[in-house]
Amino acid sequence: MAIKDLPTEEYILKGHAGCPGCPVTIALRIALKALGRKTILVIPASCSAVIQSLHPKTSFNVPTLNIAFEASAAAASGIASALKMLGKEDIIPVVWAGDGGSYDIGLQALSGALERGTNFIYVCYNNQMYSNTGIQRSGATPYGAWTTTTWSGKKEMEKNLAEIVMAHHIPYIATATIAYPEDLYKKMKKAREMKGPRYIEILCPCPPGWRFDMSKTVEMSRLAVQTGAWILYEIINGKIEFTADSKRLLEGKERKPLEEWLKMQGRFRHLKEEDIQKIKESIDKKWEFFKQMNLRQKL
Amino acid sequence: MIVVDTGNHIAALAAKMAKPHVIAAYPITPQTTVVERLAQYVESGELNSEFIRVESEHSAMTACIGAAAVGARTFTATSSHGLLLMHEMLHWAALARLPIVMVNVNRAIGPGWNIWSDLNDSMAQRDTGWIQFYASSNQEIFDNVIQAYKIGEDERIRLPVMICYDGFILSHTSMPVEVPKQEEIDDFLNEYKSTWQLDINNPITHGNIVPPEPYLEIRYSMEKAMKEAKKVIEEVGEEFGRKFGREYRLVEEYRCDDADYVIVTMSALAAEAKIAVDRLRDKGNRIGLIKLRTYRPFPHEYLKYDKMIVIDRAFSPGLGGIIYSEMEMDGKEVYGFIAGLGGVDINYKDIEKMYEYAKKGKDGWYGIEVK
Repeated sequence: MAIKDLPTEEYILKGHAGCPGCPVTIALRIALKALGRKTILVIPASCSAVIQSLHPKTSFNVPTLNIAFEASAAAASGIASALKMLGKEDIIPVVWAGDGGSYDIGLQALSGALERGTNFIYVCYNNQMYSNTGIQRSGATPYGAWTTTTWSGKKEMEKNLAEIVMAHHIPYIATATIAYPEDLYKKMKKAREMKGPRYIEILCPCPPGWRFDMSKTVEMSRLAVQTGAWILYEIINGKIEFTADSKRLLEGKERKPLEEWLKMQGRFRHLKEEDIQKIKESIDKKWEFFKQMNLRQKL
Repeated sequence: MIVVDTGNHIAALAAKMAKPHVIAAYPITPQTTVVERLAQYVESGELNSEFIRVESEHSAMTACIGAAAVGARTFTATSSHGLLLMHEMLHWAALARLPIVMVNVNRAIGPGWNIWSDLNDSMAQRDTGWIQFYASSNQEIFDNVIQAYKIGEDERIRLPVMICYDGFILSHTSMPVEVPKQEEIDDFLNEYKSTWQLDINNPITHGNIVPPEPYLEIRYSMEKAMKEAKKVIEEVGEEFGRKFGREYRLVEEYRCDDADYVIVTMSALAAEAKIAVDRLRDKGNRIGLIKLRTYRPFPHEYLKYDKMIVIDRAFSPGLGGIIYSEMEMDGKEVYGFIAGLGGVDINYKDIEKMYEYAKKGKDGWYGIEVK
């Protein structure tokens, strides 16, 4: 499928308040094309609460519930149960939360909703920091990255929420990023057609937060995949499949040098050679983990 | 039909008879037997509801908000630390004008861990925009839960309602309760129709960023609803009386007509105060009781007596007893007693002593410092 084959329906209307070059708006536009009109969005405190634009107007063309920062998965639980009781199970609650609201403050509610088998889709759009409050470190911020709460670079490695989600053994887990819209669309569509808890994490390179030019959002997203820093895959009922350029990397295509991607981002400007080595090692480890997973299921 | 059961089981029974679509709750002492009983009702098929066994009270309230936002009738129950954890979402429910009904079993706040009655947990939620009822008997628990749906869901109100009752004193004490037939409850409660809901055919965005002026208007509309609630609570209480023989108002006035002193209190303390009033009357004292049924809205209009003795099972550090601090005192003699915190037993004899203190112009922390 090509971009021109995406549905023409638009659920993000003109006049939204996203920054120029914002990847979140691009991701949501594509996601909603796949999810369709029978969607209820649940949005915690995040950039997406701003992107909607000011009351009494809205740029979202599907019903949307804003909710407290840590609470979105629990709100989706309530919506899912109510829809069942009211005979409207054709409608799907979809959480659209940032990494702060997913990795950190909302983790408990997310884990609870997954464990309960809630019939919903949880999307974490990961821009690797608290961007709405102005670029603070989150559990998803990578090692070495500058933020306004890690002025000399983050001292710790990021955690991997998808791996935590895996421990809940839910039917569908996928990663995506906006440079691969067909891949994102297909994964959203697949998730929409399943039942139970579904988790999709979308890497969203943020121009002001990562310190790069707003015209480079898509390039930044593509390089993250081609350097191996972000891995595209889906896990259907425990079985992993690599997709798009990540599949090619798995099959032996060479990764682009990580430095190409790091150099484009002001947040990594201060990195020393040993820091870059450390990041490379952690990426290798991540690949090893998923490769092993891939091998194990082939045995 | 007369049912003899604990306050918690009576609360669960009332919730069942109101037929909520969605229940989301988390266990906490001394509320636990409410959720246990509701889970039984749902699993046995006696109650056709979705029961969400959430991972925290914060999520319990949030799930109720989500469910109510798509047009479902909801119920939850909690106590003490659970209620405090919900605090953020209590505001959310009220500002979103979702008529969620909840029972809170009053319990002290730690540290140290104390599971006994103390009203500070719910009284600390006074500014969240919830209507609050306090019950003095298991019958009142039942009647208040049923009326709560009718009041909260009234188009003029649309606010969430909390029914509070003392941990153990009511929650775990069996009392006889007159329970109407299901058809009678069905007839009393209208089918729930929400004023706003998330609807794919009319895709609204709820709760996005709101500028200062419309925000101010939203807050003012809550105040208007809370004021209107005084009228609606009495209307519903009167209708309840006509249907079921027990009429309710914002307060219960007991032997106040010719009273020189009027005790003002609520919850289980009010039941003890009633006995104290009878005993003091028998000895020739002209004393009455105003039992507050609602704490929010606060029924100022009933507290017009020259000499009043206010008994609080909760206090605001640096200010004093909470009901006492909210009284209009101009031209009145008002004595305030803080008593029974953390479950310290207060019976009618203690209340008689407070009356004797007040007559001598003394008040304060009963059992600790009265002057």
